Amino acid sequence: MPSDKIDIDYVAKLARLDLSEEEKQTFTAQLGDILGYVDKLSDVDVSGVEPMAHAFPLENVLDEDEPREPLTVVEALRNAPAQRDNQIVVPKVVEDA
Amino acid sequence: MSDLISKTAAKLSAMLAAGEVSSVEVTQAFIDRTEAVEERVKAFNSCDKSWALAQAEASDKRRAAGQASGPLDGIPVALKDIIAVKDQPLTCSSRMLENFVSPYDAHVTELLKAQGAVLWGRLNMDEFAMGSSTENSAFQTSRNPWNLDCVPGGSSGGSAACVAALEAPLSIGSDTGGSIRQPAAFCGVVGMKPTYGLVSRFGLVAFASSLDQFGPFSRTVEDAAMLLQGIVGHDDRDSTSFKAEVPDYRAALTQKQGPWKIGVPSEYFAKGLDPEIKAAVEDAIKFYESEGCAIEEISLKMTEYALPVYYILATAEASSNLGRYDGIRYTHRAKNAEDAIDLYYKSRAEGFGPEVKRRIILGTYVLSSGYYDAYYLRAQKVRTLIREEFMQVFQNVDAILTPTTPTPSFKRGEKADPLSMYLNDIYTINVNLAGLPAISVPCGFTSSKLPIGLQLIGKPFAEADMLAMAHRYEQAHTWKDAVAAL
Repeated sequence: MPSDKIDIDYVAKLARLDLSEEEKQTFTAQLGDILGYVDKLSDVDVSGVEPMAHAFPLENVLDEDEPREPLTVVEALRNAPAQRDNQIVVPKVVEDA
Repeated sequence: MSDLISKTAAKLSAMLAAGEVSSVEVTQAFIDRTEAVEERVKAFNSCDKSWALAQAEASDKRRAAGQASGPLDGIPVALKDIIAVKDQPLTCSSRMLENFVSPYDAHVTELLKAQGAVLWGRLNMDEFAMGSSTENSAFQTSRNPWNLDCVPGGSSGGSAACVAALEAPLSIGSDTGGSIRQPAAFCGVVGMKPTYGLVSRFGLVAFASSLDQFGPFSRTVEDAAMLLQGIVGHDDRDSTSFKAEVPDYRAALTQKQGPWKIGVPSEYFAKGLDPEIKAAVEDAIKFYESEGCAIEEISLKMTEYALPVYYILATAEASSNLGRYDGIRYTHRAKNAEDAIDLYYKSRAEGFGPEVKRRIILGTYVLSSGYYDAYYLRAQKVRTLIREEFMQVFQNVDAILTPTTPTPSFKRGEKADPLSMYLNDIYTINVNLAGLPAISVPCGFTSSKLPIGLQLIGKPFAEADMLAMAHRYEQAHTWKDAVAAL
């Protein structure tokens, strides 16, 4: 198993999570311990073993294509942190022309 | 204190049916009790008392009209703050969802409402169900009613504490790696994690979707059977929901007589197990033996790999599931973001607590390019081996008997290191990985008067047998009669 130290800045970027310098230091040390612990999985012979995503075999469940009542706009937006005209307000994502 | 609160849900249900008491009286008794002890127990994040009483009144009206809908009608059921109830808060004990109000009902909620249960309060938990003590709640740490300096366990700590403190006769929790059974053991109550797929996860805020499952808390096994009956059932909105034949769990308590063949795994009685817990569980083994059950020593050699597999798979799933908390649509939003991307970073930094951040980072790491095969894929393969080992053992035994936890409850702040906290779940976690049903039932007290839990693990969909086995043990002992002095 890889035993490199976590590149905390890179992983935090993948997770879109701002971390303070203190958090970075603490997490790097703690996650190092945890990864050291989970390293024991490299003792297990997994050759020829199928990976398991769920405890039981799953089949695709297909619904009939029938319209149902969705949440109303008002209900769907009731928890929006900022809204206007039945839309969620977000910071500008395109540059001015 | 009203003697109504010390009665089991089954007894209250019989009294309601016989017209000896009203649901309003029952509900008011639990509200009064909560007002008297909640300051010390801190089980609830919030309580909507007037709504509870309105539901109770409606129940009494139904009953008066001869339309009572079953054993749960008029009985208060408290819910972990991870279960969606329309127009009620749904915080997951996180700043991220501090002001969130659910726009819809979970499937479990729909079922309970349809059966007339009085939905009562929002129970504290570790943030997003990540933890074993409720110390990761953003709002408060719940207390263990048996010793207020000790934790109630977690993540469903509020669900266990409120039942142990007689603030509700029944509650619902969720269990991803032991989050029902461990707090049940710590608080001296019954807690059950059903087979994966038996209870719909629709409306359960997702932590690790391949492991999460709803389940009941109660003071007796009969009450657990009654509540489980009320929440099982197929649901199209959860693609992992099973279309299984549902037995009558309460009838099974007396119909299923055994004798069962019980496997005792040596790995669960090894180093690290508290000697008083070991002795209590060994007494339980002797009890089953005296009842004519065959006891077989078995080996679950994969046990030591369960925790590493869990902390890779559960964090990987969590890092993906918690991606939805972006600060844009329905969560906490940071005030001073420079642009949309910065809004994600800052909202997530402000909204999540340390354990959630730690797990998101770990989960993101094990899924990231270059590490996926070594961690995530390997853990999924070892998960296969863990399940296969259980299924192998179950060809020969009906149930597996273990302690629920390696130690009794511990003091707040005692386990500051994440890894030592994770080790708490060492006996419960592999049950989730294999998708099996398991129940924790009280089996004694330590010399310092902290409860001990006995865990019975069953074959897929063998809930009726697990309940019957637990009931047999419970009826022959007096642990269920003990009530924490508050």
